[in-house]
Amino acid sequence: MTDLFAARSQMAISLGFHIIFAVAGIGMPALMVIALWRRLRTAAAACRGLPQRDAKGTAILFAVGAVSGTVLSFELGLLWPQFMEWAGPIIGMPFSLEGFAFFTEAIFLGIYLYGWDRISKGAHLAAGVMVAVSGAVSGIFVVIANAWMNAPTGFEVVNGRPVNIDPIAALANDAAFTQTLHMTLAAYTACAMAVAGIHAWYVRRDPGNAFHRHALTVALIVGVPASLLQPLSGDLSARHVAKAQPAKFAAMEAHMHTSANVPFVIGGIPNAETGELRYAIEIPSALSVLMTGRADGVITGMDQIPPDERPPIAVVHFAFQLMVALGSYLMLVAAAVAFFYLRGRHVATVPWVLRALVIGAPFGMIAVEAGWVVTEVGRQPWIVHGILRTADAVTPVPGLVVPLVGFTILYVFLGVVVLALLRRQIIRAPGGELEGFVTRELRAVPPLAGD
Amino acid sequence: MLLTLPLVLAGVMVVCLTLYVVMGGADFGGGVWDLLASGPRKHQQRALIADVIGPIWEANHVWLIIVVVILFTAFPKAFSALAIGLHVPLSLMLVGVVLRGSAFTFRAYDSRRDAVQRRWGVIFAGASTVTPVLLGICAGAVASGAIGAATTGDFAARYLWPWLTGFALVTGVLTLTLFAFLAAVFLTVEAPEGALREDFRRRALGAGIALALAALALQFLARDGAPHVYEGLTRGPLAIAVQVSTALVSLACFIALVRRRYRGARVLAVVQVAMIIWGWALAQHPYIVPETLTIDAAAAPTVTLRLLVIALSVGTVILVPSLWYLFRVFRGGSAGGR
Repeated sequence: MTDLFAARSQMAISLGFHIIFAVAGIGMPALMVIALWRRLRTAAAACRGLPQRDAKGTAILFAVGAVSGTVLSFELGLLWPQFMEWAGPIIGMPFSLEGFAFFTEAIFLGIYLYGWDRISKGAHLAAGVMVAVSGAVSGIFVVIANAWMNAPTGFEVVNGRPVNIDPIAALANDAAFTQTLHMTLAAYTACAMAVAGIHAWYVRRDPGNAFHRHALTVALIVGVPASLLQPLSGDLSARHVAKAQPAKFAAMEAHMHTSANVPFVIGGIPNAETGELRYAIEIPSALSVLMTGRADGVITGMDQIPPDERPPIAVVHFAFQLMVALGSYLMLVAAAVAFFYLRGRHVATVPWVLRALVIGAPFGMIAVEAGWVVTEVGRQPWIVHGILRTADAVTPVPGLVVPLVGFTILYVFLGVVVLALLRRQIIRAPGGELEGFVTRELRAVPPLAGD
Repeated sequence: MLLTLPLVLAGVMVVCLTLYVVMGGADFGGGVWDLLASGPRKHQQRALIADVIGPIWEANHVWLIIVVVILFTAFPKAFSALAIGLHVPLSLMLVGVVLRGSAFTFRAYDSRRDAVQRRWGVIFAGASTVTPVLLGICAGAVASGAIGAATTGDFAARYLWPWLTGFALVTGVLTLTLFAFLAAVFLTVEAPEGALREDFRRRALGAGIALALAALALQFLARDGAPHVYEGLTRGPLAIAVQVSTALVSLACFIALVRRRYRGARVLAVVQVAMIIWGWALAQHPYIVPETLTIDAAAAPTVTLRLLVIALSVGTVILVPSLWYLFRVFRGGSAGGR
């Protein structure tokens, strides 16, 4: 394994791990605040307990997100010192603003989690709102920095160094809007639909369970609108990528040869050597229509990209298709939920939608990972699109396979612990807060070691 | 010393580092006392530490991220040099940061059974002890002037020996005792009247003595181990004045502890820590990475620095009232709110 590959793998694992918790850090506070708001407005017994459970879940996920995010802020330098030396003055702004947003989130989360009996109900709810807002804002700033790597602007290159730096222009880069919109909606979709799927599972097992039905409703309040809007934002993103990053777009669509009447392909195995795509289902001219508005619209293919500037096509194409498929599934499920809601039926009474929600529980998170692979692997071999190569940015420190293995083991361990904790202590914790709703099935669950 | 933009930002960075040591450092120190909890009130000691740290450790931790962000935005060359030269100890420190934070949270939300609590407690306390040593080693290696100096030789010569020096290791020990001392002093204020408070008073006195010994050892090693900083610390009336007043404040803090003036001791401990860090910063001036990079040479273009100052100012306006509110809500620990 080369050091470059080890560094890329370590970055991928660190980001892939952190992104789950970052997404939860954006989505969970929203659910938590809605649950608390409904709890304050109604005396219904079913609404009791959910705010506390959501808060516990948020606390665990946020803590792991905070520490894994700290690791990333160092890893930018530990793995890519030349990149940071180059880009730090240009994109330091969004990172420093993110620092403050994250600070605000941490402060108000501390107040929210530990302040139940210390501050008034209104102040407590307001603290929750601060957590939700600053969480979303901090995510937006980080994604702006990433968008700059895809659409670098706000500097000129003279003798290989950036000069005439304009950090405001860098902040307002071309990809910033579409990417932050897409990622923020992704965070709400992935987090809320995962939570909805979990509660849908319990509602299926125990249709009379008012607690899980209420929790399902809260998750869907966030998840359904986000899932319905996400494909639209995806379309905006794809248009931008097609225009600004033709190599990434060609890899996403496995579009090898520049041509008109380009079909929209579903599936298929691309062969980068021969420029063929085999076993794909094609919808004639559909991609041309989508991207140019005309059936005979010309779309740049991989053949226009110099060979040493091509990203790995198979990985990007597969990840893109996976993301689109999972996102479309969630959109359809969300549409079904909305359909029944408009007809006055709660999905808790529609078994097939419940089942679809359960199946879709992990889809949002998987789609987030896949989307991240698309944008990062799709930009290769560049770390700053068209400007700085990843290979030129990597640290000269040798033996990077050692930290790669170390951090992988650490993150696998943490991932397993978090899953076990969420399952054991929150999702089916037989705590006092649930008295009155603990139903037949929940009681029948044998006590686990440790309870 | 002309007040230039790079110098202002270097100063802000040292302010943030000081806040990190005072607040985040005390949280690490709390973990050290969790590890060393003993005697008949072992459980009360651990419970008090958990109550005090619980609501604030994540916010306190962000100071470190702010330091890193200022470093890579305003002094990108220094960030790159440190990230390369200190790759190994920084990576190890990050493992400690991750384990400390997650184990603390896992302990708070996992089963109440003793065995489970103990398991997370050991990881939390162990990581809280190892991480400050590594942080101190990194600081010591920077002060020693070894970063960026070795550009040839094998892996060990370039990436291990620069920070595996006596000076850097003793700086690591000093950092650990400093964090433990701060935590113990803070805990005397947080603890209820009586035996528990006495426990932490004894610990604060012990850590204070250890800190003084580590500082003496470091002084002794600095002449050869960190020549530039040593010269800065000893030459000129200002340097001598800083040294003498740091020693006097330390002594006053110790006396306050002996006489059970806990609130006074807390203020003095904070002043003492600030003076140690600022003494180091002044001695290292004008270098950000001694003898390879000056503050000016490492600085980003003016436009970036100017915008960063604005961003930091706006951030401070949001941050200060929020932090004030946080500490006000949890004055006297979080036990009432659980």
